[in-house]
Amino acid sequence: MKDASSPTPPMAIDLRGISKSFGTVQANKDIYFSVPQGTIHGIVGENGAGKSTLMSILYGFYEADSGEIYIDGKLTRIRNSTDAIAAGIGMVHQHFMLVENFTVLENIILGAESGAMLSRSIADATTEAERLEEEFGLHVDLHARIDEIPVGQQQRVETIKALYRGARILILDEPTGVLTPQEADQLFDILRSLRDKGVTVIIITHKLREIMDLTDNVSVMRQGQIVANVKTSETSKEELAELMVGRKIRMDLDKTAADPKETLIEIKHLGLIDEQQIKRLEDITFEVHSGEIVGIAGVSGNGQSELLEILSGMRPCSKGEAHINGLTITPSQHSNPGEVRHASIAHVPEDRLKRGLIPRFSAGESAILGYHNNPEYNGAILSKAEAIKKHCLHLMDAFDVRPNHPALKSANFSGGNQQKLILAREMDPDPKVLLVGQPTRGVDIGAIEFIHKQIIAMRDRGSAVLLVSGELDELISLADRIVVMFDGRIVGEVNAAEADERTLGLMMANAHQEDEYKEATHG
Amino acid sequence: MEFALTDILSILAATIRVSTPLIFAAMAGIFSERSGIVDISLEGKLLAGAFAAASVAAVTGSPWLGLLAAIVVNMLLSLIHGFASITHNGDQVVSGVAINIIVSGLTVVLGMAWFHRAGQTPTLPSDARFMPIHLPGTEALSHIPILGDIYTKLISGHNLLVYVAFLSVAVTWWVLFKTRFGLRLRAVGENPNAVDTAGISVAFLRYRAVLIAGILTGIGGTYISIAQNASFIRDMSAGQGYIALAAMIFGKWKPLPAMFACFLFGFLDALAMRLQGVSLPYVGEIPVQFIQASPYILTVILLAGFVGRAVAPKADGVPYVKER
Repeated sequence: MKDASSPTPPMAIDLRGISKSFGTVQANKDIYFSVPQGTIHGIVGENGAGKSTLMSILYGFYEADSGEIYIDGKLTRIRNSTDAIAAGIGMVHQHFMLVENFTVLENIILGAESGAMLSRSIADATTEAERLEEEFGLHVDLHARIDEIPVGQQQRVETIKALYRGARILILDEPTGVLTPQEADQLFDILRSLRDKGVTVIIITHKLREIMDLTDNVSVMRQGQIVANVKTSETSKEELAELMVGRKIRMDLDKTAADPKETLIEIKHLGLIDEQQIKRLEDITFEVHSGEIVGIAGVSGNGQSELLEILSGMRPCSKGEAHINGLTITPSQHSNPGEVRHASIAHVPEDRLKRGLIPRFSAGESAILGYHNNPEYNGAILSKAEAIKKHCLHLMDAFDVRPNHPALKSANFSGGNQQKLILAREMDPDPKVLLVGQPTRGVDIGAIEFIHKQIIAMRDRGSAVLLVSGELDELISLADRIVVMFDGRIVGEVNAAEADERTLGLMMANAHQEDEYKEATHG
Repeated sequence: MEFALTDILSILAATIRVSTPLIFAAMAGIFSERSGIVDISLEGKLLAGAFAAASVAAVTGSPWLGLLAAIVVNMLLSLIHGFASITHNGDQVVSGVAINIIVSGLTVVLGMAWFHRAGQTPTLPSDARFMPIHLPGTEALSHIPILGDIYTKLISGHNLLVYVAFLSVAVTWWVLFKTRFGLRLRAVGENPNAVDTAGISVAFLRYRAVLIAGILTGIGGTYISIAQNASFIRDMSAGQGYIALAAMIFGKWKPLPAMFACFLFGFLDALAMRLQGVSLPYVGEIPVQFIQASPYILTVILLAGFVGRAVAPKADGVPYVKER
């Protein structure tokens, strides 16, 4: 880089006119994009804006229809991951590309072995991986199995994997989605130290706070195109949000103070031991009142999903009791989703593609799921197609679902529109209790704003809302009270008005786990 | 009645003989399924191998050419299975069953056309078969009590392919757990995405795995028709491919436990042969049908969770399609 003949070093990445379409969908359109060496570059955009496609092209998962890629000033053809690795590009995928029953070390050497025999590869890799861990603070036990280490460390393994293959350009796709705020901060420290050692980092995220904290430059994508390239120091969250959506966005919710009235959800000492005899929930006790939104915070997998499943009648509990709007659930008195719905309790499941709707069904059919036995939609033999269509159009109208075609397959709607359809279905009967899991996961900013407003309107009409979410921003701005869960127990409760991400994050990680973590990383 | 050492040894020796094709097929299954390709066509491949070996040995008089033919035929069948399930992401069970049905019919049709013996191949002379070999020292050791008997009656006196079966278990273990190829093979059966993003071809790896399965079932089929027997008889594999599949699952997709599972099934089979017509104290004569059914009953009991859950490779049976 200190070559006298080229006073300015070439761009680490220089994309010229990249286009890619899938069928009739143009995912990337004439993209020009460059990243200087040794910088951290952010890419933001709504879901479906084409960020992931662009990075997949760079990593050789897809080949662009047209356009040129220059890496370090050299025209490079990237047809597959092998080409990308050879060009010095490494990627940390959103869903980790790790073999779960392999050790950390085996995952690191996979595809980059030093010979046909494993023993030599392992010896070589141990030395090199230890050096990388030391140099960049990527501490992780090399001999632990992947499924035995926390998600934050799995992500470090992905990073070590990339560096072990000689990556000088590191792409991270939504790296903080699965991390606690503390783990995210540790990741950012690592990324900064990588940048200081000359590694170019590209980070895809939809969290604007991270962009502002971490990056040197940021590109905004909208509808497959890059709409802006700006220096991070010269922009603001508000401006970025506006660029992403194409119109002004209110970052703060307009919300009056809660006016809690009678108790609608009362949970006492609820416990769950699952089929493998593992304790999933223990001694859960709290209440939700009419006219109140209670949020549940926690790193995913700490019992929130199970709690929602019990309350919505999807699985029985093993201890304690729950009273929801007159319905009682105890270990001996099971409920089921039909009965729950009948008691004016609506449920928006966490996983919309598995439980919220049926991807292969038309939107009209998905819009009556759970209400499909209703005589309104059911004739003696055939279902009443006209009534279903009318109902679906009504829901689509009320919740601005686009396109408003009831006959279109559910799978063909974007994530945000699928979610709006499910929310419309569940909120349309005006239930007394709304159980809602991850209402805005994978939903774009414009739709998030809308969904939040609807949930608050529901509260203001006197419903009780129980909200499970992995987004701390969302919990803090939407909920009135926040209950924090860790390892199947409630470890704290805070008033949302007084909550901040740091304290919530510490509660979510629970102090004693933090200690173990330190031992594991410094041991 | 008294069970003497010779009885026990003869049952154990029979166990080894009966288990041999199971071991080949189980190792073939391990290679295939560890790479993520369910191979229900082990049965058909054993049968095809048996037919190819017996036919070529009958025509050429050479057991070695018979073995080679069986291996080549089974590699071709593996390629068909691979073409359907790896290249075209077809359903692996359907493709496997199709192979079983085709082989079951085709061996009879070709047998009739070539040898005019109602689907059987001609009975082979000894020099066209793999005959029992006597390990060195059999003579000298045979006079030592017990140990000598064990050596001469149990360890020595099998045909070459039996020893190859034992070797194949060791080699399978070594390849899977000690080599780069094995690491990648196990990875592709667990998470093909990880393999693809590491710059390794998922399809090429899986093709190599099913080809190895073809080689191993080829040897297993050869054993059935020209080592254990002296000709091909229609449907002579008689469900051994399925039993091997069960043994592989029972052995949790690991070579050594799978081998012992094969021995267990082989032992029941050997016992069944030995107990035919024998009257046991207190029990009386056990119906032959019951004894013959016992390996299958055992399979059901074992697979119904008697031995703890068998966890298959995560991507086993799932075609690899790059997600959008």
